[in-house]
Amino acid sequence: MFGLRYLEDVVTLRLDQAGCTGCGRCVEVCPHEVFSLEERKARIDDCDACMECGACAKNCPVRVITVDAGVGCASGMINEWLQAHNIRRVGGGSCC
Amino acid sequence: MKINRIKKITRSTRVAQENAADSCCGSNDTETASCCGPRMVIAGGEITDKVPGFLDWVGTAAEKVPRIATSLSYADHIGACLARWGINRMRYIVPPGRYAIGTPGPDAPVLVTGNYKMSFDLVRSALSGRNVWLLVLETYGVNVWCAAGKGTFGTAELIRRIQKTGLHEAVNHRRLFLPILGAPGVSAQEVAKRTGFSVRYATIRAQDLPAFLDNGMVTTPVMRKIGFTTYDRLVLVPVEVVLTLKSIALFGGAVFLAALLANGLGAAVLMTLAYLGAVLTGVAVVPILLPWIPGRSFAVKGVLAGVVWSAALYLYAGGSSWNVTTAVAAFLALPAICAFYALNFTGCTTYTSRSGVKKEMHLGIPAMGSAIIVAVVVLVAGRFL
Repeated sequence: MFGLRYLEDVVTLRLDQAGCTGCGRCVEVCPHEVFSLEERKARIDDCDACMECGACAKNCPVRVITVDAGVGCASGMINEWLQAHNIRRVGGGSCC
Repeated sequence: MKINRIKKITRSTRVAQENAADSCCGSNDTETASCCGPRMVIAGGEITDKVPGFLDWVGTAAEKVPRIATSLSYADHIGACLARWGINRMRYIVPPGRYAIGTPGPDAPVLVTGNYKMSFDLVRSALSGRNVWLLVLETYGVNVWCAAGKGTFGTAELIRRIQKTGLHEAVNHRRLFLPILGAPGVSAQEVAKRTGFSVRYATIRAQDLPAFLDNGMVTTPVMRKIGFTTYDRLVLVPVEVVLTLKSIALFGGAVFLAALLANGLGAAVLMTLAYLGAVLTGVAVVPILLPWIPGRSFAVKGVLAGVVWSAALYLYAGGSSWNVTTAVAAFLALPAICAFYALNFTGCTTYTSRSGVKKEMHLGIPAMGSAIIVAVVVLVAGRFL
């Protein structure tokens, strides 16, 4: 995506390559081509392109991928913080 | 989406990248996850002959399935336009269940989507001339990507819907095709274990489904790669503006009143316009010009755009007659306001990460708050100099 790269060195994506069975699910679900397969093992090619959606970890049958997946949305995080501090009630808003 | 916040809409959507828009919700949490803000839960109800695009019933009397049209009506187009402006967006929903497109038999492919009507319409309109089953999950009117982040487009709902719609009896095969952007909510191995249906993630965009079907149901790299085009960003702007109206009215009114009491009507109008311009720069201009504004950080992009807005105001709104404190306050507060709204757009993109947004907020929110406080102090101090 031209000109559309996010911050460097912040992504929490990790792959334990030793346990990988090379099924290719991570390659199948990743919309940013973060993974590739090499000699029947997954490999992280472009960690900074990861948007931490968590699809790879969720679909990895041997659970060798970890990522702190969650809301990548400033207003969502503010809402979470407000709710955690009982400043804003749950329900009644819009957003998604 | 997310796409409708894309992540609201839009981060989204998405089988459809219906909107990169609602891309916000990137979590793979459970159904209780709050995603990007509280939301009333509205379910899709039961399938009747009033479902959008209804043609007739197929199947047995005991197991009737609605066959739906693949062409969209004017009402469908108008409904989508209104939803883009946030009108009826939270009730833009179809009943979950199994639908027939064309004349699908027991060997026809089963495609899965959510019950946001825009997703439903995008998928059915892409499948003209095809014979497929469409399994619509209850995502409470949320697009696939955001719903996957919330967990409603998820493992439990997929399993429930397979069982509830009698899919085991309706088809001979055991294969489902899901939108790639639904993957954050679905554990393919869990679905296979519990239902016997294997999950394949087909495409990101609904419009790639025909090519996918023609390609022997093999996903090409293009079908799997997400973009965030100018058009994708443009369609997100209206709902972003609408969602901001409440805070614009609140803070804009406060700015107007404070300036009116302190400096009279002329200053009040100017300050309110300055504020509105900063908000719109952050909400609309930054998203549209996103790739061309330097920097990776949304807060930095917002500051840069805000400085340009402040400079334009200074040049074209009589800046030479301002006193120094007014100018300092404008160049501090306006970029900060713009940066806040630009940072908020991370919820709509197709590429920002939770960790990145966290970092930006950790550094940016205190800086923005400080800039606005200092600007107010400078403005007040200016009255006594």
